[in-house]
Amino acid sequence: MADCNETLRELEQFLDHELSDEAREVIHAHLGGCDHCLEAFDFHAELRIVIAAKCRNDELPPGLLERIEQCFGDDA
Amino acid sequence: MADRAEFAAEAMQYAGQLYSAALRMTRNRADAEDLVQETYLRAYRSFNTFDEGTNLRAWLFRILTNTFINSYRAKQRRPVEDELGDIEDLYMYKRLGNLDASRSAEDTLFEMFTDDEVKQALEELPENFRLPVLLADVEDFSYKEIAEMMDIPIGTVMSRLHRGRKAMQKKLTDFASERGLISRSPDPEAQHVHG
Repeated sequence: MADCNETLRELEQFLDHELSDEAREVIHAHLGGCDHCLEAFDFHAELRIVIAAKCRNDELPPGLLERIEQCFGDDA
Repeated sequence: MADRAEFAAEAMQYAGQLYSAALRMTRNRADAEDLVQETYLRAYRSFNTFDEGTNLRAWLFRILTNTFINSYRAKQRRPVEDELGDIEDLYMYKRLGNLDASRSAEDTLFEMFTDDEVKQALEELPENFRLPVLLADVEDFSYKEIAEMMDIPIGTVMSRLHRGRKAMQKKLTDFASERGLISRSPDPEAQHVHG
């Protein structure tokens, strides 16, 4: 079983869904028995949700869609 | 896709996402608008090179990223900075990870930071780090997709993500600290990250 340091080293790749199934399994097995690492993984997973939610809510400037469609027309 | 009109209609649904990403890249509204408009124009002109079986959203983000790197970087007021300070791993978690055990971290973090603070923490990253963090953490693209969009090796994507995320989390921790939400001299040893 992986130790905490090895598990925490894989935190980003795990949350990025970039680990092999086999490597994911090893992490899952460790997290199942280690609340300390599980908390760290949860914290970063939830931080990512908050960052994404707060960085993609900008209002489209009025008229931008029309200007884009207009330039399609000009280019035709 | 059958014709350009059909392509245009299909692509327009991503305008909001592209505009938000363009704002994080250019850090100002006028350039972001120009960048999105330029992205759609380039996409429209080369729609025949789009492979219908592939991901239209990823294709548009690739054009957006390319256009930004090639056309807008030169206009940015700040020079490209490649260096970030050396920040310890799990910097934010060691200081904020155990704030309020009675609530979910998501609720706590959501209320702890304003939208503007999170945007600022991301936008202050040097561009080389900001683009991978934006494309991965906000737009959810894979290492491979980001590597293709930025034309850099996957290993470089991974190392920039690691360092960029740490720097962004350091900035967020500073915001929390400035508002007195956490003590200024935390004792990371009290946290239970162990080997």
